[in-house]
Formats: sequence, structure tokens, C-alpha cells
Amino acid sequence: MAIKVLKPGLATTVQDLGRPGYYHIGIPLSGGMDRHALVAANLLVGNEEGAAVLEAVFMGPELEFTEDATVAITGAQLPPKLDGEPRETWTSFKVKRGQVLSFDFLKQGARGYIAIAGGIDVPVVLGSRSTYALGALGGFKGRKLEAGDELPVGKAAASVKDGRVVANDLRGLPTAMPTELRVMPGLYWHRITEAAGNDFFADTWKVAPEADRIGYRFKGGKALQFVPREPPFGAGSDPSNITDACYPYGSIQVPGGTEPIVLHRDAVSGGGYFMVGTVISADMDLIGQLQPNTPVRFVKVGMDQALAARKSRAELLGKLRNALT
Amino acid sequence: MQTRFSFGGDEHIFAEVGEAMSLEAFFKSLFITNAVRDAKIKGVTEICPANASYQVKFDPDQIKPDDLLAELKRLDTASEKSEPVIKTRIIEIPVLYNDPWTHETLMRFRERHQNPNGTDLEYAAQINGLDSVDAFIKAHSSAPWFVSMVGFVAGLPFLYQMVERQRQIQAPKYLRPRTDTPKLTIGHGGCFSCIYSVRGAGGYQMFGITPMPIYDPNQKISYLRDFMCLFRPGDIVKWKPIDRSAYDAAVADVDAGRFAPVIRDVSFSLTEFNRDIDAYNRKLDGVLHGH
Repeated sequence: MAIKVLKPGLATTVQDLGRPGYYHIGIPLSGGMDRHALVAANLLVGNEEGAAVLEAVFMGPELEFTEDATVAITGAQLPPKLDGEPRETWTSFKVKRGQVLSFDFLKQGARGYIAIAGGIDVPVVLGSRSTYALGALGGFKGRKLEAGDELPVGKAAASVKDGRVVANDLRGLPTAMPTELRVMPGLYWHRITEAAGNDFFADTWKVAPEADRIGYRFKGGKALQFVPREPPFGAGSDPSNITDACYPYGSIQVPGGTEPIVLHRDAVSGGGYFMVGTVISADMDLIGQLQPNTPVRFVKVGMDQALAARKSRAELLGKLRNALT
Repeated sequence: MQTRFSFGGDEHIFAEVGEAMSLEAFFKSLFITNAVRDAKIKGVTEICPANASYQVKFDPDQIKPDDLLAELKRLDTASEKSEPVIKTRIIEIPVLYNDPWTHETLMRFRERHQNPNGTDLEYAAQINGLDSVDAFIKAHSSAPWFVSMVGFVAGLPFLYQMVERQRQIQAPKYLRPRTDTPKLTIGHGGCFSCIYSVRGAGGYQMFGITPMPIYDPNQKISYLRDFMCLFRPGDIVKWKPIDRSAYDAAVADVDAGRFAPVIRDVSFSLTEFNRDIDAYNRKLDGVLHGH
């Protein structure tokens, strides 16, 4: 069975849970930016948790089905329509052969996950079907979808029910306004003054238009002041430069001290900008659902709080599994 | 050299071996990351050496962050007592310096450069106190370079020149980054050279181009069938200046699947290297050419 791409959307890519193990040669994890929503979509249609789905950002694609199928859309409020008739998000539903799945305008969030029973069956590259567009690797021909593409779909599990729903409290979406992203200060935190450090956590930032799978840029807070230094050999003369180093996922670099960038699933693996800390693993999914202009606050936490948050995120996933399997 | 450790969130430990770039800091970060890999620590998912630092990614559900930190500190201390020797490879990379493709690109972005009236090579020769482009090419290609980091994007090597600091080539990045760089451009920024593995934006000075692909996600290139990235941190690179006809012949050989890169296994001793750098580099050259 296959799916014909009539319209590709803005930047729709094939993603699963990613490709660990190659970051040391510059190939990032990739995979769904909102992993919780990706897993939910798969469980709704009876797939393995890490089956390949479509990740659509801001705008959905238009897809024609060549066979009957069961699908579910999770993540952003990107309202699906089947032959023009509205359908619910976070709910599995049947699609008949020849029907067209399209989407209404985005209501909330940023990324929708479109799971099809059987999973998108593109080749596995280095252990994953995820698209890494910068390296033209994985996914469908290493790139975002284009009109005319035909996506292969795997064989669905025997019993796939429609009308299954994920309850509101199991969706794991950002709720607070401004959105709070918890950060462990560290890495090159010592490069900025104490006052700049206080401002960084006190200011309200906004998601900048430059926000994609590589990283999210933020603006609107005060510029960071640096502790003076003699530039080390190999670092470069700007106070925000370091001798090129690895970048953790979720790390917050601030080129020139002005606009923080949080690296995400398609992170560049290293470079020459200092970092003030790292967004904790439990809050990475939330970033994937932020639209440009969304107000955000960075909240300072320590390791114990980060591990507690990670535990509670894992418990939410556990409840989701219990509800759907 | 006292390593500075920091948690990068709940999934990474970042270790800065040296704030400044040096062969010693690079060598130590490579040595320790090799030891971490050999230790097969449960819960460690990524081990990434960099120029003068390294990073370990882990799953805190499998190993407590403080336990991993203690283990890394132990390996850091143990490394000081070990003989600084690694087994690695030396790879010859043919380079057409002053090629037409990077030349076209650098002219297109001239207003973003420190010297709008010359070329990147002329500028680099001048600021490094060399009296001609030919002298610069000789300085760039006569000593080998360490692959001190692979990354930024897939398969891109950062290279550190294996000479004393006062002889090292240095050049600033462009004033404003370009939006285009030809694939396989030999670039240079700060004290690092690089090879652009894919076409794209870039800020390094452009010196030449290699006919030899170093990244192939489709794994069609004969010597990249086993793995799509050529370079690993710790590889040693020797540039081989070639002319246009040799470049064209190499491109044809790559396309026909008969290009065989010159790659030799070698053991590198930092102590012996530091004792007599030029003699050691001549010895490495001998390994490369089988004498």
C-alpha cells in the first residue's frame, strides 16, 4: 500500500524515535521533536511505539490513500479532514481507499504527527527511518516531502480499531503561559556576569521566526554581559566564542550574547559558541510545539529536579501505554 | 591541565580538557574517549571527542549522573599515568588549490571578506607572513594535520596542524558568513582547517577543493560503502597538492568506482612527536608512501 502526496505542507518529514550513536561524526539523533505525541499517534493505530510517522509543521499535507487504512493525528491542533469532512485529533479513524486526508489551519501547537497503521516503510538507515535533511539522510530520499511522492506503508497489525481517543490529561502538551522551559545552568555559564545570569532567568523571551528542527532561537530578553578574558588560542576574538566543542541536545548557545538558541533533534553536533546551560530532557518535547512569538521563560533547576521531571514525564508515558494497549 | 566537568542537562556530561586549543588537550580528550568506549559503561549512548574537550551522553535511568561523573574523573586521572600513544590511520587527501569553483564562490561573496581586492589564498598568505600563494600552499600541505573533531554537520572534519604553535597557519573567518560553499572545499578558520562535507553556508577562508568525496549518505562511492563518513576523530591527514588534470582524472576515477584512497594504519606517540616534530612528520610521510 502507498500514500500519494498531493500537497506536501510546509516541511513534512518522515520521523521515528531517532538514530542514536553517530553524534561523534556529526550525525544527530533526529526523530520526532515531540516524542510523546509521536508515540501516542503510533499507539492509537496499533503500531510499535517507534514506528515511522509523518511530522508536519505549522501546515498539514494533503494525502491520497491507495488502500483502506487506519490513521491518527496527534500533537498540534492541526484539524484533519477526510474528503473535506472534519475529523478529530488524538483519535484513530478509518480511511477508505481513494479518500483524501487534508488539514485545516493550525489552531494550537506547532507539529502534528500523522500515524498510519503499519507505519511509513521507508528504508532503515543507520538504525532509523528518520529524516536528517541537512545530511540528505534517511526518511523519504533524505528530504522533506514533495508533491508527487509515493510513500510506502507497512503491513498493519491484525486488529486496528477506530474511535480510540487519548484523554486530555495524557497529551503532555505545554499548558502554562508563558511556557516554562526548565534549564540546568552549566557548560560555560561562568562566562557571563552574575547580573546577566539573573536577567536570563527573569526575562520573558519570545520564539523567533528562526525555529526549526535544528534549533529554536529566542529573542526579547536583555543581552548577556560577559566576564572579561584574554581570548584562548583557537577560540576566536568574540567573547561568546569558545574553542569549537560538542553541543549537548537542548544546550543553549548565545552567539554574541544576544539571542539564545536551543538545539533540538537535528542539532549541529558542535561549534564555536559558548553555552549557558541545557534544557532538561523532560521539556524537550514542549519546544517542538512552540510557535514563533510564543512567550517563554527559562526556569533554573538542578539535577534532582531534572530527574524528578524526567520521572514524571515517563509516568505520563506509562499511563498513555496503559490506556492504549 | 585540569579537566573541568559540567552536566549538560540530565543526559550529558561535558568535559573541557583545555580552554585553549593544543595538541596536548586534543590528545587527552581523544585518549579518554577511547578509554570510555573500551570501558563499555552501561547507559552511555554517545561518546564525542572534540578539539580540546569531549562529551558523553547517557541515559540517567540506567546510570546515576554522579556515578558516571565519578567514573569519568577516574579515567581522567588514570590517563595522566598512561603512555600517550594511539593507534590510528593516516589518509592522503588530494587538493586542487586555487581551483575555479571556490574562486567563483569567493568572488561572489567578496564584500563579506576582510580583503575585497584579493583572494582568500592571497589574504591568508599575507597575514601569515608568507610572500606568495605558492609559499602558503607549501606551508599548508607540508606537515600533516590531526582530525581533532568530526561534526557540525555529518562527516565534516576539523583539522589541526601538527607543527609548533608559532608555525601554525591562522586566519579569521569571513566578516559575515557566506550562504554558499562548494561541496568538498578545503576551508580554514582560526587555527582549524576543514573539509566541507556538503554544500552549504560557511564562514571559513576557502583554499581549494578535493576530488575525493568524504560523505555519501547513499553509500554508492566505493570506499564509503561500509560506512558513509570517511573520517573519525584521531585520523591524520596529509594534503597532496595536485593540478587540474590530476583533479579531473581523480573525479573520473571516483565516478567509475575505481578511486582508491591512500589510507595506512599507524601508531602515533605524542612523546616521540614532541621530541622532534619535523623528523616524526617525515616518518609519518614514510608510512603513507610505504617506505
